[in-house]
Amino acid sequence: VPITYTSGEQIEVYRFSIPVTVGVPLLALFLQAFLPRRFPFFSIFDLPLLVTIFFAMARRNPITGLLTGAAIGLVQDMLGPYPIGLYGIAKTVVGYGASSLGAKLDVENVGARFLVTLGFYLVHAAVYFGVARYMVSLTLNWSWSRGILAGLANAVVGVGLYFLLDKFKQRT
Amino acid sequence: MESVLGRYRNLTILVGVLFLQVLGLAVQVKRSADTENTRLIRIWAVDLITPFERGLVWAQNDSSNIWHNYFFLRGVRAENRQLREQIEQMRLEEVRLSEDATQAHRLQSLLAFKEQFIAKTVAAQVIGSSGSDLSRSIYIDKGSNDGIGPDMAVITAGGIVGKVLHVYPSTSLVLMINDQSSGAGAMLEKSRLQGVLRGTPNGELVLERVMSDETVGVGETVLSSGGDQIFPKGLPVGTVSKVSPGKEMFLNIQVKPAADLSRLEEVLVVTEKREREPVAESGGRVRAADILAQRLPSVPNKPAEVAGAAAAVSGATITAAKEMSARAKPQVSGSGKLATAPAAGTAAAIKPAGGTEASGAALKKVAQKTAAGDSATSDGLGSAGSNTVLSGSSHPSANPDPNHGANAAPKAAVNSADSSAKPADEVAKPVSPPPNPQPAATDNNPH
Repeated sequence: VPITYTSGEQIEVYRFSIPVTVGVPLLALFLQAFLPRRFPFFSIFDLPLLVTIFFAMARRNPITGLLTGAAIGLVQDMLGPYPIGLYGIAKTVVGYGASSLGAKLDVENVGARFLVTLGFYLVHAAVYFGVARYMVSLTLNWSWSRGILAGLANAVVGVGLYFLLDKFKQRT
Repeated sequence: MESVLGRYRNLTILVGVLFLQVLGLAVQVKRSADTENTRLIRIWAVDLITPFERGLVWAQNDSSNIWHNYFFLRGVRAENRQLREQIEQMRLEEVRLSEDATQAHRLQSLLAFKEQFIAKTVAAQVIGSSGSDLSRSIYIDKGSNDGIGPDMAVITAGGIVGKVLHVYPSTSLVLMINDQSSGAGAMLEKSRLQGVLRGTPNGELVLERVMSDETVGVGETVLSSGGDQIFPKGLPVGTVSKVSPGKEMFLNIQVKPAADLSRLEEVLVVTEKREREPVAESGGRVRAADILAQRLPSVPNKPAEVAGAAAAVSGATITAAKEMSARAKPQVSGSGKLATAPAAGTAAAIKPAGGTEASGAALKKVAQKTAAGDSATSDGLGSAGSNTVLSGSSHPSANPDPNHGANAAPKAAVNSADSSAKPADEVAKPVSPPPNPQPAATDNNPH
């Protein structure tokens, strides 16, 4: 059982094997690209975002977190029709924020994970919306109801996913 | 300086990474106006992901095929019987439509209209999507190796799907019409009003730029207008699902896509379009009514007099006869078949419900309806390939030529010696069946 405290010196930091570090984000990207074709409702989820948040919170290192977010986001951009960098920027911010938060707060329990995921989903959506609308001039419309609904759905899935991914954690 | 950077190392790196990405975005946005080549980095990412998607789709389809084609055959006989009946019905429908199409061709050639034909299509399977609810795009398993290129139209039998955005050697990214960054020229089938079809962030379709003083009905069919130079004119787009007042004196028209965009499995990519003037068919043309008569062995060949009487008695038939005679001019000038074919006179009697309406109202329809019978001109598309329609100006009623219309009618009546139809001047008057029908046509032709 990982022990976490709010003190930075006593905090538990985890690492992951290389296959997990590479394989899990790739699997998330693959599922994100494949499943909505069969199950259209699945497009509301953002598995790469959930994986970004998980790795960032577990490693608790802002630099690793932001780089992980940037890498996952950029690959996700490459699979989409829009300019490369939209998801990259949004997930970089999320990666940085989640790892910074993970270094200061106990984010191991269900409630904290749920709220963190919900919050970062909204942050992610807001950054994406801002960059897409004001830098790339995409005609996006912000919808609070949709954002919150999708955030809640992602938070629920995220909590389950994090417990699954906890199995791959290795103590430093 | 070093101490500041060291103290705020994390933040500095964050700003640096963000700055690099913003710079990359700026470069892409600036270059987007140019002819954009697919970036190598995209090719790498697609090559990384799509083989797995392709493999999964292949395995899924194969296992599904084995089950459905070899084991789960319950109800196949009954379905086969139903399909055969459907084919018979469609054959009859085909005869009717071929007549419409021929007539549309002839009118187009008279007016020197150019039409676009779908000359070649490539069938492709959908293997994946962008995976985001913020963008609507799909990956197909055909790429530049199969002749796919950017900006090619992607369609299904149901309707248009989108256009090819990025092309890779063995896959392509298709931007669907309901993506918020896509746009297509569209028009309403009945009113011929043109607008711009756009996607919304929610994945819905809206038809923009239709003035609010126009009347648009729910359920009206929306077709591609061809103005975008991507989708050929006349392909089905969808139906109007909601109409409400919009901004700046325009209507807000929501469109339900004809193709099920959320469950696409196979699509057709239009790889080649041809533009040519339609050629009117010359002599030897077989009338649809003749073909229909041949294919209906159960209907006895009625004598011309009987058919004439039947046509004279029925009010609807009279109206049809009037319209037939009104369009007799181009037929006479084409081959003169009308003059010698008794079936022309009996067509209304053979098929009063569909055939009469089809042959009689064809001139009215061609300006509004897609000519599905042209499908023979496309290699692989079927009916979708032929949906080239005339614009509103091609309606025969708009033609000031006095030979089109009432003046042509007496000539047709004269030429069809045994025809039951009265001259247009006479048959146009009664709305209900006349008390004493005149069996024979009189010669009102001054020539």
